[in-house]
Amino acid sequence: MSAVESSSQKFSGRSFALPSLVTAALLITLVALPAVLPEFWTVNIFVRAMIFGIVALSLTFLAHYGGFISLVQMVPAGVAGYTIAVTVPDAIPANSFQLPYALSVTLALAFSTLAGLTIGAVAVRTREIYLLMITLAIAVSFYFFVQANVEFLNGYEGIRNVMGPDILGAPLRTPAIFYYAVLAVSVALYALVIYVSRAPLGLVLQGIRDNPRRVSALGFNAALHRIVAFGLAGFVAGIGGVLLTFYNIGISPGTVSTHATISILIIAVIGGLGHPIGAFIGAFIFTVFDTFAADIYDRDRFNTLIGAVFLTIVVASPDGIIGLMKRGKTLLARDRSSVSRSRPTIAP
Amino acid sequence: MLSVENLHVNYGRAEILHGVSLDVGDKPMSVVGRNGMGKTTFCYAIMGMIPVRSGSIALDSEPLDRKSAMQVARRGIAIVPQGRRVFPSLSVDEHIKLASRSKKAAWTPERIYDTFPRLAERRSNGGAQLSGGEQQMLAIARALLRNPRLIIMDEPSEGLAPVIVDQLIDILKRLTLDKIGLLLIEQNLRVATSVSDTVAVMLGGRIAATLPSAKLSADEALQRRYLGVSSALH
Repeated sequence: MSAVESSSQKFSGRSFALPSLVTAALLITLVALPAVLPEFWTVNIFVRAMIFGIVALSLTFLAHYGGFISLVQMVPAGVAGYTIAVTVPDAIPANSFQLPYALSVTLALAFSTLAGLTIGAVAVRTREIYLLMITLAIAVSFYFFVQANVEFLNGYEGIRNVMGPDILGAPLRTPAIFYYAVLAVSVALYALVIYVSRAPLGLVLQGIRDNPRRVSALGFNAALHRIVAFGLAGFVAGIGGVLLTFYNIGISPGTVSTHATISILIIAVIGGLGHPIGAFIGAFIFTVFDTFAADIYDRDRFNTLIGAVFLTIVVASPDGIIGLMKRGKTLLARDRSSVSRSRPTIAP
Repeated sequence: MLSVENLHVNYGRAEILHGVSLDVGDKPMSVVGRNGMGKTTFCYAIMGMIPVRSGSIALDSEPLDRKSAMQVARRGIAIVPQGRRVFPSLSVDEHIKLASRSKKAAWTPERIYDTFPRLAERRSNGGAQLSGGEQQMLAIARALLRNPRLIIMDEPSEGLAPVIVDQLIDILKRLTLDKIGLLLIEQNLRVATSVSDTVAVMLGGRIAATLPSAKLSADEALQRRYLGVSSALH
């Protein structure tokens, strides 16, 4: 339209891409960390943060691209974790499957994806608060189920001694190996989410978030896309669940409790639901406070502390740390082009 | 192409369409009428976006009534909704990617960008950052990329500046060369009569008359009677 001024401004409040320079610097830092930081930091902080980040990433994926706030992401993670725990040979109590780790992990991810698809199908007609309630209900039921199941899942005590596979001849839990393995998986899943968001599935999801009727009127099966998105989220959360089980050397109902479910939501919101990286930022902040709560204040008061942090961040920036970053970027851009402060003229 | 027979639609107890019958052939057909006459309801009913109480809808003699919007879309009808309804958070390019079907289809992303050079310029802008005219182009592009047999456009000229409306008329006229059927719903009589040779007038949930465009544009008394305006040709 000729009447529209095609100004040269690159205003784009719509999408938010991490500049590749920042990404590269961040990656190099993360790769170099074990050389600089003590093991306590790499394993107890970074590994744990990345694992929680992966589970939170599955929530951020659903929430940001589809607009689905799900409280259920610990369930596929738990399904995967328990699948490992009840099939591998070193687990205590012993099981009759005795599968090698490669097969066990494959099964675990298949089941977590299936769990995601099933949850997606059950919740397919609900939105917003109703979706939140139905996913919360599933999460709570799952928790009571694993706690009550003594025969296979060893009830309240859970299953211990899941040591994880050997990687390159060394046990996975060798600190450096564990760190790099979890880092590689995190980066790969982050890249996967970014890739999917630009692929047809991601575009349809964003269309559903904006206007579900319109997506149907274009001939897309909105329900099916939703279910597939939950399946993919289940897969991602499942990987988090597998790693979490290796990290904790086992799994117990506490891993999938309501408390854990809420933690994942807090992580995602602290970081910001506006970009997949928010899940990892949130997980890092959460883990730091979780770990140092005892030093800072009082171990038993962790919830008060993280609650205060959560409130501070959400009050200061309702869209989390990501939101702060976005606003910072906009401010910087404004300073640079102080001549034209206005958005491009929109006419007619 | 499209054949609608005695269509009745209710919103709750209120009957909106009282038996609408309309045939759209290979040539464009316009439906004009004042606000609240049931034009948009008619679009949504054809598209399967709202339930139909009775009557039949068929596209090339394949029945469409009681099909969902997705099924209707897959059978070859695309809608350009009133108010454009582009996806605010998707960029122009993402809209195009989302809607495009195959490289061999008549309408491909390349052809869209050739036809609407303005969209090519705004490729990376979000749907919410476009002007009304650009949004309209994008909504039309989105529909074309589905390579439908018939496009329904619900008041495409609404809220556009006169110069943009002229461009819109040009684009709509060109579409008819592509063997895509066009059902144009309009309040703007100038757009309706320039695009199609035949105009149907919707009045109180019925088609009150179907008449040649030339006749309606020339007859002010007729316009007053059907549209309640004396100078609809603004």
